[in-house]
Amino acid sequence: MEEGGTGMGIINSQQSAVGSLQSGEEQVLGSSVLLTKLDEIIGWGRKYSFFLYPFVTACCGMEFMSLAGPRYDLDRFGSALPRFSPRQADLLFVVGTISHKQAPILVKIYNQMTEPKWVFSFGVCATSGGFYDNYATVQGIDTLIPVDVYVPGCPPRPEMVIDGLLKLQQKVAKEKWSDWPRGEAPVTQNQNLKIKI
Amino acid sequence: MDSVTLKKLKEKFSDSIVDTHSFRGDETATVKKEKIVDICKFLRDDNELLYNFMMDITAVDYYGREPRFEVVYHLYSLKYNRRVRIKVPVPESDCTVDSIISVWIGADWFEREAYDLYGIIFKGHPNLKRILLYEGFEGHPLRKDYPVKGRQPLIGPKN
Repeated sequence: MEEGGTGMGIINSQQSAVGSLQSGEEQVLGSSVLLTKLDEIIGWGRKYSFFLYPFVTACCGMEFMSLAGPRYDLDRFGSALPRFSPRQADLLFVVGTISHKQAPILVKIYNQMTEPKWVFSFGVCATSGGFYDNYATVQGIDTLIPVDVYVPGCPPRPEMVIDGLLKLQQKVAKEKWSDWPRGEAPVTQNQNLKIKI
Repeated sequence: MDSVTLKKLKEKFSDSIVDTHSFRGDETATVKKEKIVDICKFLRDDNELLYNFMMDITAVDYYGREPRFEVVYHLYSLKYNRRVRIKVPVPESDCTVDSIISVWIGADWFEREAYDLYGIIFKGHPNLKRILLYEGFEGHPLRKDYPVKGRQPLIGPKN
């Protein structure tokens, strides 16, 4: 995980910007008060409380179920609760092949999620289209929506996905206020998004 | 050696059977498209055949051959545990064949799929529109002359 982290990585007064205060306020206040930066404590809180939205379209879904189940137990990393409404979720798990027919739905789901939000590309089909290089398949969901973590594999091992999730946690911990909001997906302006599905 | 199915078909529809083929119990009859509904009804209702299960309808594009397309019906008799394959050649100039929904209602989505991907018109189908692809898609992608790189995304780049 993060360098020198103990799982409670926010309070490392020697490294943080408030380190210089150690000889001053912290000594006076003692261990009953913690000093940190707002960005850091919010990032720390966010990274251990992902609410995922599983956008499951293909066989990778089975692998996702094993990941969420007791053996690999995503709950250990603070992302235990899949929400089946995009309004309640902040981590979009795109699990499986996305066809061109589904692309508007994916973009709509992404736009409906509240910010801050992250996107996890689960499996090689979501990442690049995989071996479906044909008329029906989107060649990677990053042609439609911004993606934070790519985990290839057909399907990826649960260990790979957990590794990807930890990398996403590191990324989230480093984010700043100014990184948000990201706004709607760039393809939203496309007229075809409004067609009847 | 012909089985009872091919024998009865030849007796009843001698004018309409173009060709038959039988190999180790795997039977095929190629028939003229004008008679497909009558032949299907006969296969379903004859007491020695009773092909009551329409398992599959698909199509083949023999690009460069005339007639170019073939619609293939796979039938199964639950009563006699027998299968038969019926092929119907369809020329490109008149790319139509009669719908067999009146015989097996389950043919509905199979015919829509064959229409969607091969562009074969099933005459008499009550709702012949695309089933897998989206409206606005141009062409029929399983035809051999559909370009390999022919991409028509609804949104996003053409890659």
